Amino acid sequence: MSVRRVMGIETEYGVSAPGDPGANPMLMSARVVHGYAAPRGLRSAGSQWDFADETPLQDARGFSMPRADADPSQLTDEGIIDEPNLVNVVLPNGARLYVDHAHPEYSSPEVTNPKDAVRWDKAGEQVMLAASRQLAGEPRGGPVNLYKNNIDNKGSSYGTHENYLMPRSTPFGRIVAGLIPFFVTRQVFTGAGRVGLGQRAETEGFQISQRADYFETEVGLETTLKRPLVNTRDEPHALADKYRRLHIILGDATQSQIATYLKMGTTSLVLELIENDRAPDIELNHSLEALYTISRDPTCTVRVPCSDGKSYTAIELQKRYLEAAQKYAAETGAIDDDDTRDVLTEWETILTRLAADPLQCGDVLDWVAKYTLLDGFRQREQLSWAAPKLALIDLQFSDVRPEKGLFAKMQARGKFRRLWSDEAIAYAVDNAPEDTRAYFRGQCISRYGSSIAAASWDSVVFDLATHRTLQRVPMLEPLRGTRDHVGGLFDDDPSAEELVSALGAD
Amino acid sequence: MAGQEQINPKRRENEPEEPPEAPPAPSAQADTEGVDDLLDEIDDVLESNAETFVRSFVQKGGE
Repeated sequence: MSVRRVMGIETEYGVSAPGDPGANPMLMSARVVHGYAAPRGLRSAGSQWDFADETPLQDARGFSMPRADADPSQLTDEGIIDEPNLVNVVLPNGARLYVDHAHPEYSSPEVTNPKDAVRWDKAGEQVMLAASRQLAGEPRGGPVNLYKNNIDNKGSSYGTHENYLMPRSTPFGRIVAGLIPFFVTRQVFTGAGRVGLGQRAETEGFQISQRADYFETEVGLETTLKRPLVNTRDEPHALADKYRRLHIILGDATQSQIATYLKMGTTSLVLELIENDRAPDIELNHSLEALYTISRDPTCTVRVPCSDGKSYTAIELQKRYLEAAQKYAAETGAIDDDDTRDVLTEWETILTRLAADPLQCGDVLDWVAKYTLLDGFRQREQLSWAAPKLALIDLQFSDVRPEKGLFAKMQARGKFRRLWSDEAIAYAVDNAPEDTRAYFRGQCISRYGSSIAAASWDSVVFDLATHRTLQRVPMLEPLRGTRDHVGGLFDDDPSAEELVSALGAD
Repeated sequence: MAGQEQINPKRRENEPEEPPEAPPAPSAQADTEGVDDLLDEIDDVLESNAETFVRSFVQKGGE
């Protein structure tokens, strides 16, 4: 057992033109992508993404949705049909920066462990900051503000998606049964905090999770309508008979490094339990209602009914998962693996602290830090939860600009524990992880940008003067194309033609 | 997934698809000691005209 597996985080950012509420969000998002790409000489044409392996309608339950029955928002593989602003750029760090519907999205490169997932996710915040700085300095178009959050409090929600590579052999039904109670309860440490209850904030108040109120079913293919706790999109971007890419759409965008680390690390361990049929036997009677109920209780003491006839708190159910992971790690010797042991320790620590007093966890949890700030302000100004200033604090908590972002302000005061320094994150903005295929993708973009016709998670397509046809290099194995594997190819600084010859792509 | 009917003695059950009412706010008050310094300067950081700013933050659904 190990916490290590191929994983990554995709984040759609909220986008807003100050003083121009009618600004077209697709256009603003396109400006964000171009604003980052253009000064760095990165090509951001719509044709630069290779859609050949995209299958958004393939369902993990073993069937495919007829294209005619799909909502247009699901046809993510058709590229530019009616969206002239669909722009895509592959970054030197192996990430994808593009316009997803009406938001700029940063999809991190593939990493092999939760610590690196945090590092390259934080790099995405810096990419967005650089883009917003660029646009603020442009004479035409005006500034664009970017927010790492998930809601506008008027009914719209946008996602922070986790991806985890799993063996295809694990039955999908077992994944669903094992994950749902974990997902419903993990929000006590993964929540970003929110002012407002209900999809349109119909009721005043505070809740733990930004995303909870936007989930309406347990299992399904859609990500934009009737959102499911477990998404069945079966688009592995890898060897399809060997792997499944579990696409998780439930999470909140978190800025605290430890919160993101806990989210990725604990989820990876629970997947390991499921793969080995060692997940605890928990079944919630009403999982969606439990999701809403837990989100509305900052004391973390509310109990939700389970099929054994008893009711448990989120912390108690999380402890069952933790204990199963500890036991299995001890049995398999994984407890000797530093990464695994560290996640288990952090997990146990946060559950113990939450049980003692959630409001003392503001040094690691976004929602607690946000709540502390909101409640302090609310008491000082004698406000109700419906006060616009509280909604503004909630929004500005996630502003990517350090002079405006309240999370950034708190972090600058040393209020959050960190895994990575600013320098380590800055390095990850321009450099890919070295232990996945992202290394090869990043090297190709850095070295041969002008010779690359297109790229995707599992391909790089070269357009070479020496060849009449495009040369497509497939990369269906996420753990090949690493520095160890292909680093030597770049030692002598080959030309693009020499590299393609060496790879035998001819 | 959903199992047999259960009555939770702690609180009245709502329909599964309906978000429940908010429970009472935490009895413990947040420890604001750690944020007092930020609260002192927060009005300089917050965007002006909170109501208009928040109202004009309208997004399209994503994903």
